[in-house]
Amino acid sequence: MSIGAPTEAPRWVTHALVPLINLALALIISGLLIFALGEDPFEAISILAYGAFGYPEAIGYTLYYTTNFIFTGLAVAIAFHCFLFNIGGEGQAYLGGLGAGVVGLAIGHWPSPIVLILGILAAAAFGGAWAFIPAWLQAKRGSHIVITTIMFNFIAAALMTYLMVEIFIEPGQQSAESRDFEAGAIMPFVHDILAQIGIDAGHSFLNLSFVLALICCVLFWFFVWRTRWGYEIRSVGQNESAAVYGGIMPSRAIILAMCISGGLAGLVGVNEILGVHHRLLLEFTAGYGFVGIAVALMGRNHPFGIFLAALLFGALYQGGQELAFDMPNINRDMVVVIQGLVILFSGALENMFRPRIEALFMRRARSAPAAAE
Amino acid sequence: MGENITFFVLMLDAMLRVSTPLILASFAGMFAERSGIVDIGLEGKMLGAAFAAASVALVTDSAWLGLLAGISVSVGLAMIHAFACVTHNGNQVVSGMALNILVAGLGPVLALAWFNQGSQTPMIADIARFKPIHLPFADKLRDVPVVGEVYSELISGHNIIVYLALGMVPLAAWFIYRTRFGLRLRAVGENPEAVDTAGISVTGMRYRAMIVCGILCGVAGTYLAIAMNTLFIRDMTAGMGYLALAALIFGKWKPLPTLLACFLFAFAQALEARLQGVDIPGIGIIPVQAIQALPYILTVLLLAGFVGKAIPPKASGVPYVKEK
Repeated sequence: MSIGAPTEAPRWVTHALVPLINLALALIISGLLIFALGEDPFEAISILAYGAFGYPEAIGYTLYYTTNFIFTGLAVAIAFHCFLFNIGGEGQAYLGGLGAGVVGLAIGHWPSPIVLILGILAAAAFGGAWAFIPAWLQAKRGSHIVITTIMFNFIAAALMTYLMVEIFIEPGQQSAESRDFEAGAIMPFVHDILAQIGIDAGHSFLNLSFVLALICCVLFWFFVWRTRWGYEIRSVGQNESAAVYGGIMPSRAIILAMCISGGLAGLVGVNEILGVHHRLLLEFTAGYGFVGIAVALMGRNHPFGIFLAALLFGALYQGGQELAFDMPNINRDMVVVIQGLVILFSGALENMFRPRIEALFMRRARSAPAAAE
Repeated sequence: MGENITFFVLMLDAMLRVSTPLILASFAGMFAERSGIVDIGLEGKMLGAAFAAASVALVTDSAWLGLLAGISVSVGLAMIHAFACVTHNGNQVVSGMALNILVAGLGPVLALAWFNQGSQTPMIADIARFKPIHLPFADKLRDVPVVGEVYSELISGHNIIVYLALGMVPLAAWFIYRTRFGLRLRAVGENPEAVDTAGISVTGMRYRAMIVCGILCGVAGTYLAIAMNTLFIRDMTAGMGYLALAALIFGKWKPLPTLLACFLFAFAQALEARLQGVDIPGIGIIPVQAIQALPYILTVLLLAGFVGKAIPPKASGVPYVKEK
């Protein structure tokens, strides 16, 4: 090996080729499963694609799911940058919804922009606060964050059930739901906005939270790679003791990363509570927090990758409904299977192919200059 | 007085039923973590086993074949986990999570395809289930105060898996602390370098530990589907795998304390059903949700070192990379 030879594979191999191969493997196995269930996998893909992108409403719903997955994907990713595994996205999103809901119920009659901004801040603050406790316990008392965030998911579920059943439930109602928000606390639907400029986009759940999610992607990039705090978080994530020698306090970076993570997960509450349901209710998080793990892994913790992965999962979720409708032998859970396979191949088994593929390209890159001499 | 004793006996009886899968799963986790593998996939293995056991029991009308199927699927999943984490040094939490999600989807998908009753299996006939075993004289002794009541209500009348789970506990403790396998298991979770130096394969030990883990989770899942219930339903483990993990931590990765933690958590669940809306003098009505959250809160407090200190096996969660 000569000096100056690249020690890393080309970036496109690590960041594009390897994730695509992993995704392809997950999809091939899913295809085999669909085939084994007696359906045509290629037909399934075309139904899925049509269900996800075939008509305006479908695109709206796809982007609505994408919004949630961007939030939870970014949430998992910022924690990964600090070498922390935040499995608590589900609970943090739940609490985020509580924050948004409390604002919506309390000041829903105020002017809309103020209510919405306060709602967003409350959602982020509640989600962040729910992540702060495990973060503090990890940073100061060494409690393993994976376990504590799992526990906090369950505690959040119990807390929310209690609050909904005992406090927020609308009197005289059977199901544990609050009263509807007043007009000020409603995040405008995209189809309403498009209708005003004469575009008919049908009716979907897609609301302006999607724009918020895109803004978060940009801010995420700026924060992680262009600020001192982002640098500290990445330093601690890559080598904690080296970071200490560099004058960085790991505990501060850990708490910061987790609070941002919880805040991002909490924004799911904005999309769901202010954007779609317009009231507080139970179980609106629907596993989005867990999908964030797959999204972050596939997107390799970069906001652009996360956007693409979130779009993919959004399409799978929306198209999967169409699939379940059209193919009697398949139900929506097929999407969950694909999700599990994606996490398995691009997360757990990432060391199976990546080193080999990268080595292949490193060898090629190394032999190319040698041949030129 | 007699009424109180009856109440208490019935509570313990319910506790025993609820704690069985918890004990099996947390001991499964103990074998995994003691060997240095973090396994948050207990949930998925149980769920997979529950589906397999229910399906096979339905088709073959045999509970024992159901158990065999449950164990096979669970061990298979454990081997995928080991393949990812031991062979390829993958992230153990990610792998466990992946398997949990995979199984959560696969169960309902296959249930629909095979049985066509939505995301669950049909009801399983009694002949294909593990039924309560009535110990000798249980009926005759029923009227004897206290002793008879305890014997006929609490000790008698459970299915075989309950007794198997309770019998497994001392056996597992003996295995971990008194056998060569156990010594190596503990060593590989604390200091794999030393084990490697002694010429024992770290990989081999961890694979073996995961097989044990898979077997125990398989029994637990089978219990849920064809002993405690009469069918497989979507997400029927409902977080029990994570509760087992909490019990394992609460029991500080040791057999007896883990058993007691399982009993405590199961007792809380039995109590929760009883305390719903009951006004306790001097305390008032305890919200059900508070009891539901209790095991998790206790575990967090313990992990934080506020009540005792939980120290995991030193090498758990760390892939062992042999120096070349």
